[in-house]
Amino acid sequence: MSLCVDIEKKLGAFHLRAQFEAQDEPTALLGASGCGKSVTLKCIAGIMTPDRGHIELGGRVLFDSERKIDLPPQQRRVGYLFQQYALFPNMTVEQNILCGIRREHRAEKKALLAEKIRMFRLEGLEKKHPAQLSGGQQQRVALARILSSEPEAILLDEPFSALDSYLKWNLELELADLLAGFGGPVLWVSHDLGECYRNCRSVCVMEDGKTGTVTGMDEMLRCPESVSAARLAGCKNFFAAEENNGAVYLPEWDLTLLIAAKEKSFTTIGIPDGALALCDDGALRCTILRVIPGVEESILLLRPEGCAETAPVLRITAARGLPLKAGARVTVALDLDRLLLL
Amino acid sequence: MAPWGQGAFSPLRFLGDAKGAILTLRMVPFTGLPPSAAEGRCYMDWYPLWNSLRIAAISTVIIFFAGIFAAYYIARLPRLIKGVLDVLLTLPLVLPPTVVGYLLLRVLGPKRVVGAWVLETFGVKMVMTWWSAIFATVVVIFPLMYRTVRGAFESFDETLAYSGQTLGLSNTYIFWRIRMPYCRQGVLAGTVLAFARALGEYGATSMIAGYTPGKTATISTTVYQLWQTNNDALATKWVMVNMAISAVVLLTVNMLERRDLLSEAGRKRRGGR
Repeated sequence: MSLCVDIEKKLGAFHLRAQFEAQDEPTALLGASGCGKSVTLKCIAGIMTPDRGHIELGGRVLFDSERKIDLPPQQRRVGYLFQQYALFPNMTVEQNILCGIRREHRAEKKALLAEKIRMFRLEGLEKKHPAQLSGGQQQRVALARILSSEPEAILLDEPFSALDSYLKWNLELELADLLAGFGGPVLWVSHDLGECYRNCRSVCVMEDGKTGTVTGMDEMLRCPESVSAARLAGCKNFFAAEENNGAVYLPEWDLTLLIAAKEKSFTTIGIPDGALALCDDGALRCTILRVIPGVEESILLLRPEGCAETAPVLRITAARGLPLKAGARVTVALDLDRLLLL
Repeated sequence: MAPWGQGAFSPLRFLGDAKGAILTLRMVPFTGLPPSAAEGRCYMDWYPLWNSLRIAAISTVIIFFAGIFAAYYIARLPRLIKGVLDVLLTLPLVLPPTVVGYLLLRVLGPKRVVGAWVLETFGVKMVMTWWSAIFATVVVIFPLMYRTVRGAFESFDETLAYSGQTLGLSNTYIFWRIRMPYCRQGVLAGTVLAFARALGEYGATSMIAGYTPGKTATISTTVYQLWQTNNDALATKWVMVNMAISAVVLLTVNMLERRDLLSEAGRKRRGGR
């Protein structure tokens, strides 16, 4: 079963163009805040209506603007895990889960309820209200409720964005375990690369309302498609770049790098952290502008020698405790193979 | 008819603590008839109380449903239509009740479009009957309910409705079992306030239902009439009755709100988190 999405929607000045296909596995929809990830999910679930396009889930057409098909959310069989779980506050855990069960027979309902309560370790909490539950318990109830409704795809809308990092880690492990038994497509929306990497094998980067192609997670990290993909992949240094006699020229630094310019045209060079290293005999001489102490590593802001004061600085991490001070001179080694031409 | 205070619908049940105070007033059986002139100026005919309560009760039921559905559907309309409807529906709240009464007479009067049609078709006059006051009350009090409920609905977390939909719950179920319980405080406050305010509607009522003792008299029109005829003693009694009812209603609102708060807090306390 797969989830095919090809939709367009205009919301004021914002223009959403989402086009991707997710297979039977967790697929990350990665993008900065406000890039249209949530709107995409809402269109898939039927909460919002796209202006144009086609949505298909396992051969079932959920939405088609040309054939005038627009199934209501109730008939789409798409589970949606909301940021704050959206449990019904006036109902008990039991009633919340019963809301998801679509069976008619009482005995069947009861059996399913008991099964879900056991499966999600909610014994003893049946009569409690959501306000009485911890975050982890709430998440389990929300998932139990979603899975009781027998969805064919599950959408996770930034499941941990409102939690602090310790809680988040525990809930993330648990969510991954609980989802492991689900066979259909899962769309995992997040702006956190680490979270996506740990839980999904394929990823689709979204930028300014537009989706890129779905690629493997490692491939996206190795050669990102765009500046925003590179940024999401953890790259922090971007500079203007242009082709100059087959080599790459950085006008801001007045520096020519002897790497073969790719066939693809480019305007920017991205330097991932892994391509930079402080060393004694590096090729790039720099002055330290600032040392920013961090918990595990310090961050250094460097200016290559010979470039103007207005030129963008280079950001590099260094082990904590090195005797580095602002104004000192260092040399940096550049791993030319790992530079990204974008 | 059962003597007043013993029937199934006993206003005394509403009065609670005010019971003692009221019982000191001279009790007479409720006959629905105006007092005869011979019985004098101190005679307390309870008809206006009964009439006021039934007008308020019926109006509140109508306003309850109309207010909720207006608040729900108008919020979903395009902005322009929403703005226009909003102004139209809230207008009676700021217009003088006499203006509303006048407008209602222009529509429901026996020689006006709707009034004439109803008179011709059903042989019923729309004005100067006890239930004419319901039209006046509904129009004047409706904005109070509409506004309160709209405010309550605006605080509703729409993701709850969305998650209900994706789980396969019908929109009707979501409305009555999720949205309404979530907004019950506002809806309840609006209803009780509408009832209390309906009990005291005067301006539009006096224009459309007039004052006929034993027929269209309500507490407020009776007080005005008594004041006009210099019957201070009886006017004072009615004022006290009215104040007692209003106080009980407001007390009820406060108690309901507090009980709600307590149960919410209790729930969290018992939670053993």
